[in-house]
Parts: sequence; structure tokens; C-alpha cells
Amino acid sequence: MVTLEINGTSKQFDVPNEMPILWALRDIAQLTGTKFGCGMALCGACTIHLDNEPVRACVTPVSAAVGKKITTVEHIEHDAVGSAVQKAWLDLGVAQCGYCQAGQVMAATALLKTTPNPSDEDIDEAMSGNICRCGTYPRIRAAIKQAASGVKSAESKQGAKS
Amino acid sequence: MSAELMLDASNQPDLKRRSLLKGLGLVTGLALTVGANGLVRAATAEEPKKFGGDAMPGGLKDDVLVFVSIDSDGIVNIVAHRSEMGQGVRTSLPMVVADELEADWAKVRVVQAEGNEAKYGNQNTDGSRSIRHSFEPMRRVGASARMMLEAAAAAQWGVPVTEVQAKQHQVLHKPSGKTLGYGELAAAAAKQKVPTAKALRLKSPAEFRYIGKLNTRNIDGRKIVTGATHYGIDTKLEGMLHAVIARPPVFGGKLQKFDASATLKVPGVVKVLELKSSALPPLFHPLGGVAVLATNTWAAIKGREALKLTWEHGENKAYESKAYRKTLENAARKPAKAVRNNGDAPAALAKAKQRFEAEYYQPHIAHSSMEPPAATVRIIDGKCEAWACVQAPQATLETVSAHLGFKPENVKINVTLLGGGFGRKSKPDFVAEAALLSQAMGGKPVKVTWTREDDIHHDYFHTVSLERLECGLDAKGLPTAWLHRSSAPTIASTFVAGAKGGAPFELGMSAVNMPFNIPNVRVETTEVPAHTRIGWFRSVSNIPHAFAVQSFANELAHKAKRDPKDYLLDLLGPARKINPDDISDSWNYGESPERYPLDIGRMRNVVELACKKADWGRKLPKGHGLGLALCYSFVTYIATVVEVVVADDGSISIPRVDIAVDCGPQVNPDRIRSQAEGACIMGSSLALSGEITFKDGMPQQSNFHEYEVLRIDEAPRDIRVHIVEHGLDVPLGGIGEPVTPTMAPAICNAIFAASGKRIRTLPIRDQLKKA
Repeated sequence: MVTLEINGTSKQFDVPNEMPILWALRDIAQLTGTKFGCGMALCGACTIHLDNEPVRACVTPVSAAVGKKITTVEHIEHDAVGSAVQKAWLDLGVAQCGYCQAGQVMAATALLKTTPNPSDEDIDEAMSGNICRCGTYPRIRAAIKQAASGVKSAESKQGAKS
Repeated sequence: MSAELMLDASNQPDLKRRSLLKGLGLVTGLALTVGANGLVRAATAEEPKKFGGDAMPGGLKDDVLVFVSIDSDGIVNIVAHRSEMGQGVRTSLPMVVADELEADWAKVRVVQAEGNEAKYGNQNTDGSRSIRHSFEPMRRVGASARMMLEAAAAAQWGVPVTEVQAKQHQVLHKPSGKTLGYGELAAAAAKQKVPTAKALRLKSPAEFRYIGKLNTRNIDGRKIVTGATHYGIDTKLEGMLHAVIARPPVFGGKLQKFDASATLKVPGVVKVLELKSSALPPLFHPLGGVAVLATNTWAAIKGREALKLTWEHGENKAYESKAYRKTLENAARKPAKAVRNNGDAPAALAKAKQRFEAEYYQPHIAHSSMEPPAATVRIIDGKCEAWACVQAPQATLETVSAHLGFKPENVKINVTLLGGGFGRKSKPDFVAEAALLSQAMGGKPVKVTWTREDDIHHDYFHTVSLERLECGLDAKGLPTAWLHRSSAPTIASTFVAGAKGGAPFELGMSAVNMPFNIPNVRVETTEVPAHTRIGWFRSVSNIPHAFAVQSFANELAHKAKRDPKDYLLDLLGPARKINPDDISDSWNYGESPERYPLDIGRMRNVVELACKKADWGRKLPKGHGLGLALCYSFVTYIATVVEVVVADDGSISIPRVDIAVDCGPQVNPDRIRSQAEGACIMGSSLALSGEITFKDGMPQQSNFHEYEVLRIDEAPRDIRVHIVEHGLDVPLGGIGEPVTPTMAPAICNAIFAASGKRIRTLPIRDQLKKA
């Protein structure tokens, strides 16, 4: 029995310690927004946040998440950066089939949290673990830049108010 | 052996193979291939030949009562009868209906059709033809609904229908200014007579609100970024079991024995079941093997790892890619069956002062959509219901009902979103697996998930090919003779055991319909066997053919010391329209040769446009090069100019791509752009690293570390799409596939310009790397 805090709610899971978080999310918690793509941390479709750090849920055992906060794509709109990323994704029509985009959104959100104004090289480094077979990379790059400016302008508005 | 004989020789469940094959263009294909000695001639048809959507199984339907319903709160429900796999069809087709219907896009709900071609018309989502075939029927559906709403309002007000007009979700009585909302009119409108074809009034293009505009967002966009979408892999049912399957590792092999004792000790594993392997041809049958069913996917995967399996590998166990390339080369270096013969190419070749020849190799490639195949099936009281990511729901229905021994009316196929398809998900073998397992478990819901390793190992691979080109040249370096010998296992082998030789629908993709203005042209197909499941992959045979033809054209230009663009335009010759029948192309993407001739003017135009936008001929830094390629496919005209950089160490990057697109009129311009961008990246990925190799009958790549696909840091950085404007007087073309085949030749031609190194074997990988 392990206790996992997922999207702000703690729950007990009767699963082996070594079960990857991905399958606990998808098959036990019924949160299917996090996707299976490779099972080897090669494609990033399963990217979640563990205490705000992007991790690949397909190779991270549930035991590694005990005492930490798991955030999935289902909850990321409650995060200011996550919500700016989602908006930019919609504004630029990034998604094609959309399957990898949960992982892309989570990876981009994690990037912008640590690097609010990413260069192309920063984007390459943070996003090259996330495969998109439809080929939405140019729009992903543009949307990250747009989200970055969105986050900044929201912050400056916040600053002006306070 | 006649085509009929072959079609009847099935020892498989009745899969309505004839309609299945017809849908693939294979019935005609086989009749032509088998029936003709040497040259292909059009079959004598008993009835007038049908084209386009009318020729597809199920045809086209435009019944407003099937496609549209309006709720009393004003929500307009529009049925999407094609599968969404990233091309935007769940937005684009309902958007056409909504436009004619004068619906407010914010009040539109899209309802995904289940598999039922008798009701919805053809649902095969492939061949870049959803918009091409369904645009007009969907316009008629929307216009019918609009007129029924107007008639209902006029009746309610007791005024002539000529005094009322539907506009943005309400009907207005012009003289009085009275209005009624669509929700208020819904019940009465549904009782109105459906307008006759003669009475139907379509909008004029000037009245379009969404068609050709940028104001309709992806209907699933919000769900995608919040993780609320339902793909094939996401189905959740009460009491559902999760299955993974160990399949025969060599195509055509089968299980000899297995020991599941360790598997049954894995916590969560519920059951281990043997699945019988089907006899050949493979069609859409499950491959057989051993299924592990568990309470969660991970337990099923661990359980499968614990199986002890002994396989009988069968007759393909020696399949090896290097040796097979020799087989293809040997076949391509001997005369083969002619499929086009204009003039006398062999005689002209013999006479030519200068000759040039080259061979181009394209390996097998795997689709590897980000969502691997996955399906869930349950059976209650003799009725089967499936949820699956399928491009061909009707073929899925037929496959599942045949395997279960159910009548089709007792099988329902719910089409989920597809996490990519690219042709793989036209083959519903994985749905039949789930159906058989559910049946074996007394109808319990069973989800079958393919791991990435399963997906790559057991794909319906894009064919491997060797394309040989020979030319005789005149004093100016222009060809007097052209001989193209195509050597590749055929997709037909997936449907007819032992089928060999290119089918018309394969050869009609940039081989037989080669458009150059050359007096003596001969195209031949060799007959080589398939040793794995061969399937269609985004743009299909255009991939190897365009690579060969467009690379060869570039080689000839350099040989003649000509600018490659000017030379390509000379090869095309003057603007004119070619009837595909005149160059032995009986297929023409299923379209009418009169309505869709090969338009050399449009080919010249896209070449000019791409080059103009790319500033062809501009001065470039050392190590940079521009490459051009043209491909006409799926009745769309594409020219692509790629800029590559070959670094000192031989590594390659692609800073910029300019793509000229002429796909006729634009229905959803942003999705045209996104398809062009995506196909550019996928085509680049195939060219740079796409390769599946076989050894001992088995694919040697297992996951993305071995089957490498392009990532963001390696992808073309600046992709510019330039779309030719047309009115509705020009027929629609496809857009999902046509950019793909231009990429490999454009990149390789650019590499030559940058480095002087000619790539004739794909993928490019590290061929330029210095040791």
C-alpha cells in the first residue's frame, strides 16, 4: 500500500512499490491524460511533475513519489504558467493528433517555471525528450515563446496592481 | 490465375473481401495486373466507371437527418464520419456543415460516427480524400438543414419562405424584424421536408463564414491540453481487464509451445490465453500468440516478460535486409514487366550518345504513431461493442464480426480519437485481438494495448524498394529515353498470398505517371516476394518513387551543368494537361481523368513559387545548399525547397524549408499549413533516420532509441508554407500526405549542392560523417 498525492489529493494505492507512476495514474487512479508512448523514457508522452520537476512517469516507480506532490496535465490549468502554456497552445493551434501534447505541455510548463525567458537552445534542451510524430515542433517552439511573454505580462500587471 | 480465383481462394472467415479490396483499389488493380500480358490496359467495364467518393465502398451520403440534429437549447450536433488523427477532420468537415447551416461555431457539438457505411457513406480515413470527397456532400447537408429551419420559421409566422433568412443561429423575418432561434425551431424544422437536390440552394463562396477562413479552432483543442480526450488507449470500463500479447516474432510463424507458470504468479495477472495464428494472407487478422490478461497494464507487461515461449518461425525466418537488397537489385537489373510504354525507350537508349543510370534505395519504415494500437471490446447478450482508434471503422466492423462469428448488426465500433495513424490504424488487427479475448472471457471488457516494441516489431511496414533509372541524353543533356524499373514487395501481398509486382495504385504514385516531357518512356515493375506485412504509409509509394525520380532529375541537371530548377522546368516542358490514361495511369488516385488531368502548368507554377519564396539562387555561406523537389500526389501539386547545412564533421541541419502547395481551393487553411509542416518534419525524419532492418526474419529495431524519429532540436527550424489561391472552379486536392515525398529528394539535392556528395541510399544518417 502506498500513499500518493495526486493533483492535491492524497489517496492510498494497493500496488507494488516498483509499479511505474504512469500505470498507477492511468489504470488505478483512472487519470488517462498522462500518455503511454514508449515505456523507456524515450518519448516524453508520460511527462508529469513531481514536486514541480518534470519526470517520465513510465520509468519512475510509485515508491519515488511517496511524500512528494504529483501534478498531471489534468491539473496544470490551476498553475499560472501551465494555464499560459495551454492558452498559447490553443492560440497557435499547436496540436495535431494531440496525443503527445499532454507531455509537451507539462515539459514546457516546467521549462518556463525555471527559465521564464527561454532561448532556442533552452527550448531544444528542455523539449528534445518529447517526441511529436505529427511534427508540431515549430508551433511548440512558437507557443513556448508566446507563453513566456504571456507569463511576463501577467506578472507585470500583477506588479502594477500591488 | 484470375483475379476472381484469387479473391475466392480465401480460407479465412468471410471478410467481405471483395468490398474490402475494392476500397483499397485492389480489385481493379489485380484484374489489370493479372489479366494483361505485358502492358496494362484499362479493364472493360460493364457499367460506367465511377470516380472519387462515388467509387468508394458505401459511396457518399448527404442525408441531413443522419448528419445533423438540433437540441432545443440551440446546440447543433454535427456528425463527423471520418476519423480524427491530427489532420483536423473533426473540425473541418463539421465546419463545412456549420457554414452552410449558418450555425454559430460556438454552439456546435461534434458527434463521432460509429462504423456504419450504409448510414454515413464511406468512412475510410486515408488517401488524403476526406475533404476532397466529402466537401460537397457536407455542404448539401448544411444547406438542407438551413432551408428546413427557414421553412419551419416561415410556417410558424405564416409568411412566404422567401421573406425569411437564416443567419448565425437564428432565422429572421426581414419585413417585420422578428427572429426565432435555432433551438426554438428545432422540433418543427426536423418535420420539414428535406429539400430536393433541385431546390437546394448552396451559399456562394462570398457568403462563406468559416470555409477558407481562420476562425474555427480545433474542436478538441481544449480537451487535448487538459488531458480530457479519449484515445483508443484511454477507454475505461467497469471490470475491464488489461491485455498484452506475445506475438510470433517472425511474420508467418506460429506458437509451438508455451509455459505460463511464472506468469500466473505475477500479482495482478488473471489469465493467460493462446490466440491462434491465422493462415496467410495476413489481411487484418490477428497474428496469434499468447495473451496475458491482468488487472492493470503493467502487470500484463510483467506477466508477458515471464512467459516461456517456443515459436515455429516459418518460411520467412531467413529474411535479412542486406541480402534482400541484392534480390531487389538483381531484379531491377533485368528487363521486367512493362506498365507504361510510350515510344521505344530500349531502342532510344541503345541509340543515345550519352547514357546515365542510377539506383535509389528506400528501406522499410515503421509508422510509430505516438499512440500505439489499442482497443477495448466487451460483449453483452450477444452484442459486441468496441472502442478503438481506427481509420477504417467499416473494415473494423467486418473484421471483428468475422472473427467472432457475429452478424455485423450485432457489432458496434465506436471510433475514438487516434493518437496518430499514418496508415497503420487502417488495419484493425488489434481490435480483432481484443474481441477474441473478450469472447474467451465470457464477454468481459478487455483492453489490448500494444507496447512500443509491439508496434515497431509487428507493423504493416512501408515497403522496401530499389528504384533503377536509366536515361539516354541528347546533346543538350535532356533525356530522349527514360527507363524506370521499380523493384519492391507489393501491398497487395497483404491481401493476396504470394502477390508480386507493383499494383496500379502503387505504380500510379510518381512512377507510371511521371510527368516529364520525354518522347520514349518505359516503366517496369519487377516481381519480388514480400517477407513481412506490407502496408501503406503516409504518401505510400510516392516516397520511394519521388525520391528516385526527383534525385535523378537533379543528377541529370548537374551532369548537364544546368541550374536544377531551370532543368526541372525543361523536363516538365510547356504548360499542358495530360490525360492520365494516355500515360497508362489507370488509377489517378481514383479520380476522373477529365476532372483531374496532370496539369503541367500547375506543376511549373509550384516550382516557380517555391523557388521565388526561397530566393532560389541566393548566395549562401559555405556548407549551405538549396535543394528542390516536385511531387504530384493525391491530386495535389507540391514543390519544396530545402536549405541544408552540412557541417565540417558531416552533420546535417535544416534551417529553412519553403513549400509551395497547390491543393485546389482551401477549406481549412490553417490545417493545410499544419499538415504541410507536419509532413515536412515526418518526411525529413524518414530521410534522415527512418529505417527498419530485418535479420533472421525479425525487425532489428525495438523502440525509439533504435528507430529514431526527429526531435525538436533536429527538426527543420523555419518552415514556410506558400499556398496557391483557387476558387471552387478548381477541384479539391488532398493535403494529409502530399508534402511527405518531396522531403527526401529535396534534402538530398540540397546536400549535393552543399557538399558535392550524392545520397542514393536512405536514410542519410551518418553517410556524410567524416571518420
